[in-house]
Amino acid sequence: MSTATAARPKAPGAPAKKHKLSWPVVLLLIAGALVLFSAVGMATGNHSLTSSGQVTAALSAAVPIGMAGLGGLWSERAGVVNIGLEGMMVAGTFCGAWAGYLVNPWVGLLAGMAGGALGGLLHAVITVTFGVDHIVSGVGINLLIPGICAYVNRIYYKDYISAGAGANQSPPADPLPYITVPGLSSWLKGIEGHHWFFVSDVAGVCAGLVTNISVVVVLAAALIVVTYFVLWRTVFGLRLRSCGENPTAAESLGVNVYKYKYLAVIASGAFAGLGGAYLSLVAAHFYKDGQTLGRGFIGLAAMIFGNWMPGGLAMGAGLFGFTDSLQLRDPESVHVLILVVSIAMALLALWQLYRRKFTGAVVSLVVAGGLGAWYALTDEVQRPLIVATPYVITLVVLSLASQRLRMPKADGQIYRKGQGK
Amino acid sequence: MIDTGGARQGALNAYPRAPFRLHVSPPWPSERNVAPPDHQEIAITASDPVPLRKDGTPSAGTATTAVELRGITKRFPGVVANHDINLTVRTGTVHALMGENGAGKSTLMKILYGMQKPDEGTIAINGELCEFSTPGDAIARGIGMVHQHFMLADNLTVLENVVLGGEKFHGIGAKAKAKIKEISDQYGLGVRPDALVEDLGVADRQRVEILKVLYRGAKILILDEPTAVLVPQEVDALFDNLRELKSEGVTVIFISHKLHEVLAVADAISVIRRGTTVGDADPKAVTARQLAEMMVGAELPSPESRESTVTTTEMLDVKDLRIAKTDAEGIERVVLDDISLRIHKGEILGIAGVEGNGQAELVEAIMGMLPLDGGSVTLDGKDLSGTLTRARREAGIGYIPEDRHRHGLLLEAPLWENRILGHVTEAPNSKGMLLDPTGARTDTRRIVEEYDVRTPGIEVTAASLSGGNQQKLIVGREMSHQPKLLIAAHPTRGVDVGAQAQIWEHIRVAQRAGLAVLLISADLDELIGLSDTIRVIYRGRLVADADPATVTAEDLGTAMTGAASGHLESEPDALAEAQALAAEGTRAEDTDPSDTADDPQAGE
Amino acid sequence: MTSPNPAAKRGPVQRISGERIMLALAAPVLAVVLSVAICSVLLATSGKNPFDAWNVMITYATKSDGQVAILNRSTTYYLAAAAAAFGFRMNLFNIGVEGQYKVAALFAAYIGTQVDLPAIIQIPLLLVTAMLVGGLYASIAGLLKVLRGVSEVISTIMLNAIALAIVGVLLAPGVFAPKVSGTSNSIQTDPISQSSHFFSIETAGGPLWGFLFVAVAVGVLFQFTLTRTRFGFDLRATGRSESAATASGVNVKKMVITSMAVSGAIAGLIGMPELLQNSFYYGQTFQQNLGFLGISIALLGRNSPIGMAFAALLFAFLDATGSQLPLQGGFPAEIVPVMQGTIVICVVVAYELVRRYGLTRQQKKVGEQLAAQLAAAEKKEVSA
Repeated sequence: MSTATAARPKAPGAPAKKHKLSWPVVLLLIAGALVLFSAVGMATGNHSLTSSGQVTAALSAAVPIGMAGLGGLWSERAGVVNIGLEGMMVAGTFCGAWAGYLVNPWVGLLAGMAGGALGGLLHAVITVTFGVDHIVSGVGINLLIPGICAYVNRIYYKDYISAGAGANQSPPADPLPYITVPGLSSWLKGIEGHHWFFVSDVAGVCAGLVTNISVVVVLAAALIVVTYFVLWRTVFGLRLRSCGENPTAAESLGVNVYKYKYLAVIASGAFAGLGGAYLSLVAAHFYKDGQTLGRGFIGLAAMIFGNWMPGGLAMGAGLFGFTDSLQLRDPESVHVLILVVSIAMALLALWQLYRRKFTGAVVSLVVAGGLGAWYALTDEVQRPLIVATPYVITLVVLSLASQRLRMPKADGQIYRKGQGK
Repeated sequence: MIDTGGARQGALNAYPRAPFRLHVSPPWPSERNVAPPDHQEIAITASDPVPLRKDGTPSAGTATTAVELRGITKRFPGVVANHDINLTVRTGTVHALMGENGAGKSTLMKILYGMQKPDEGTIAINGELCEFSTPGDAIARGIGMVHQHFMLADNLTVLENVVLGGEKFHGIGAKAKAKIKEISDQYGLGVRPDALVEDLGVADRQRVEILKVLYRGAKILILDEPTAVLVPQEVDALFDNLRELKSEGVTVIFISHKLHEVLAVADAISVIRRGTTVGDADPKAVTARQLAEMMVGAELPSPESRESTVTTTEMLDVKDLRIAKTDAEGIERVVLDDISLRIHKGEILGIAGVEGNGQAELVEAIMGMLPLDGGSVTLDGKDLSGTLTRARREAGIGYIPEDRHRHGLLLEAPLWENRILGHVTEAPNSKGMLLDPTGARTDTRRIVEEYDVRTPGIEVTAASLSGGNQQKLIVGREMSHQPKLLIAAHPTRGVDVGAQAQIWEHIRVAQRAGLAVLLISADLDELIGLSDTIRVIYRGRLVADADPATVTAEDLGTAMTGAASGHLESEPDALAEAQALAAEGTRAEDTDPSDTADDPQAGE
Repeated sequence: MTSPNPAAKRGPVQRISGERIMLALAAPVLAVVLSVAICSVLLATSGKNPFDAWNVMITYATKSDGQVAILNRSTTYYLAAAAAAFGFRMNLFNIGVEGQYKVAALFAAYIGTQVDLPAIIQIPLLLVTAMLVGGLYASIAGLLKVLRGVSEVISTIMLNAIALAIVGVLLAPGVFAPKVSGTSNSIQTDPISQSSHFFSIETAGGPLWGFLFVAVAVGVLFQFTLTRTRFGFDLRATGRSESAATASGVNVKKMVITSMAVSGAIAGLIGMPELLQNSFYYGQTFQQNLGFLGISIALLGRNSPIGMAFAALLFAFLDATGSQLPLQGGFPAEIVPVMQGTIVICVVVAYELVRRYGLTRQQKKVGEQLAAQLAAAEKKEVSA
């Protein structure tokens, strides 16, 4: 009944405008959040949530998630669901560490991308050429690539013990450079140290952004911006997205759908591979089995959280990176975070009351109360709960905002040339 | 009586093709059968390899050949879709390609547009031999196609949809936008480049499709059944556009199976039947009847006269049905509003309307597939409003869905499992909670026999049958459970003429036995020919009603646009004119005695 | 095919089905052969003779202890495959088997430490607990899909990670694990009560798990439900075409929740052979990754109970005999996941090709047969 749906008459005078977050609103929300954090920091005396160290750690944790998400974005924008990102990331960790040790870490990054791209190519062959279900292929890839890497790891590095390889890990590669903006960094840190209300928190966040940042972090941020321009501002991107929305239409206009799907999925693998190489070259300096820890899946979640858009994806990756990095922080600061979220939910409830959305307000209020009680009654948060946070957030977003989310229309569908109506 | 005269300007004001009420078994036993000999009459020439005809040079055209297809053959597994097709289209003409549903028109056009490769044959554009392996090749040769099913990406803007694949002309930025506005203004298309396609209605989408083709500077335009989704008045506007295009030297290939449209707009006509060209015709000299016979390939059967079988026993009573959907923004969109209708035993109630005005939702509401926001559905005195689809089927509703591939069949399952589909709780398909494969198999053989389903056996998959045979299987299945009400949505869409006649006959036989039928069809002739009463649906409301005996298709069309409401009755002379034209097509249109149930509440 | 002889009429139909079986078998065999070839090359690159490795594996499989190990492993694998396949049969991708079995096994282990009833009540109690927990956990994804339209693929991936957190929080000293942990370094529950132990059969190769019979029963029930009951028909119809099933009166929402729950309930059983027959406790070392292995085995066995039995045996053979590789000849055992991965990828591609080939072939045959019938009929007319 597709035609009927498409042709359904719209009620007159009902604008179909979609509510979009504009930049001022986003900035205002960020500022508001900072005020909240700083107020809570003042009240509890724990400023670590907005400390420069925390921000640096969050950024660092966000990179592999963001790159996996970027991979998902490229692939799904062309209509191919890619849950093989995890496997492609593993390929990236392996190849990155391998070339990073043999040549240098810069080549390692490229090799990681190449390894991931190879995984992407495999996914493209299976799904695009052979028309196998995308999920099935992804599961297969997640089984195969870690298997191959573990096998090669086992037989290959046993000859490199003298070079520092462990029984099950590669010899270390040289580190990649870190960037600290001289002057600015220490000035900001100085302000941060004063614990002035709001000002120190802003300084802390800014200091985190200019202190001890790996070049790969900068590269990753640049790639997200570049992705936006390539996909939304170029002919190539238009064609690629058309393959994810309506491949038959694209085909009828002379677009080689197979070609764009292939390119997108290969690029997807390359980005995931870069995320993996970051893990084995920056986060650690060697490869060992199981370094990715499901970050491919979190990346996918970040992309969905970001509504299949680069900006949203970056926010999602930042948020999930933040929770990811909390694992390494002291349990106390995580405990403070509960209070922050509780207050934020209470504010949301007020806003919803103002907008006369009463059920929403009640739900927010209950959540706020629950979190507040949790904060009051406990002294620390179990680490597994922190690990699970990104997944819970994604599930909540999916279940509450599924109408607002807009995935590419032909995402996950199997396309065969010449079989459209 | 409502004056609808204003709507009749422009094209021919009648539909000459009356429904074929066949009582005969089809004279052509298989779809792959060799076509019966053509009826060669004046003005009809069998297609031959001579590219030009000396007579009847079209008005605006020069005598050069824009498209020449020679010996095109295309085979699909088990079927030959096109067999030795020859077609010559002269530059600057509107050339109609006619044929029944499934005759192979669309396949041929896909070949011309590079979406499919012919197995044999040659394509020449402007006298040059070409080979197309992708639509891109065809576009490069100046060929553009407007597909029957719109080829638009909903989540992209109009601008993006238009420039896609044609970025080299004006880029994808401001220059392209200016060009789109320019073309839009030039032809009065009223297209907004920044709108999202998903926010547009059908007519707007079609204009975007046409703009897409013009943007690429196409000189040869293929329109695949462009009028299927339009009301007659919009069709007139489209034809005006086509004439304008023609005057600027554009060649238009116009695919249709509607005689009156073709006669109104075409400069030349080619007819396809069973995958091969059977002849060319000059629209100035040919009659509708001759065209119809060329398409069908046999003398048209005589309509039988029939008596009313409508009883006074109410079978279906739908009251104040209302469905509204709230979208993400919290705006309520009313899909069905205040729908009330009654069908008696032995009555066929036809619903006319442009597709997408709520027909699909009405069917789904009665079937229990959509939740109601208000109103009730009563079948044979039993209130079914809150029940699930399965309970309604068990209560005696049979359903022939609009899209049999999506809603009527399990394509990859064997026929006998398809026979179970929809009636899994009923004998002979199950006993208690357990299936009864033996019973189902035996009964499938019976259906295959009785309903003339052409198949080598009941273990083959449904996908391997032709459309007509699939539909006969569905009809047989739905009729095998003594339905009280049959919902038939486009029951003969996309089936061959033989199967069409058989399906109509099965419905009529059941009607005589007391079946109530809700008939939804886009084919106004089918509606007028089969129904006892017709209601018109527009934007989710039943706005008008009519007696098929006293209404013309044109007046129905007016009501379908929302321009007329209440009880429709055509002017006697217009009706007579229409019937005379129909008679030219199929002798006499029988007029039923007015026995329709009157529903006073329609369209206030 | 042009023979008008009516006696030949039924022939091709039978041949189609015979051919189909041949084609269906060809795919997995081809996949295994290809995978063996690829892995032989991989082994050869490590400087070892691949045939020695195959020899080690096959030799172990001929010994009785090897056979028992294979059967015991395949019990677990079969349950994992059945859990995934139940969802697959109605096109529901329950990627969450992984999380479901872990949560279920944890709760069953906890009940097993807390309750000590006679075995005849205790064992069913534990099984029901596991199935209930697995089913409930899976139905979260079902409910989200039905009520909020959340794709079950995404939600089950998220739920897998959340399951890890649940296990992490609950399997803590003082919660489900004893305050003072025992000899082991890893955190684990107390051993379950003696009455919870499932029976096993003593053989020359060691104890053969009695849970094998449970797995067989699950398979038989699976097959019967799918092919012989109305519910099974509805489920298969929904899997083949959701829109057609809806129009035919299947309550798809109810089906989604039901089959998600059933799939989760079967998943709940996955950890039971290990818990009730081998380790007798749940700990951090409890076997991982069974959910994804189950998905792979289901794909390899084409979601059919018999196919999955062979697939489970194959995977169990690879795993059990692969464990001998490092012990005899110093081959890395990591070659086994590589084999499993290549088998799965080759087989899904092969199945897809076979499916498409079979479909077009049948369409062609039907067309040819109808033409033949027609020709026969015409000939008769002419002669008459």
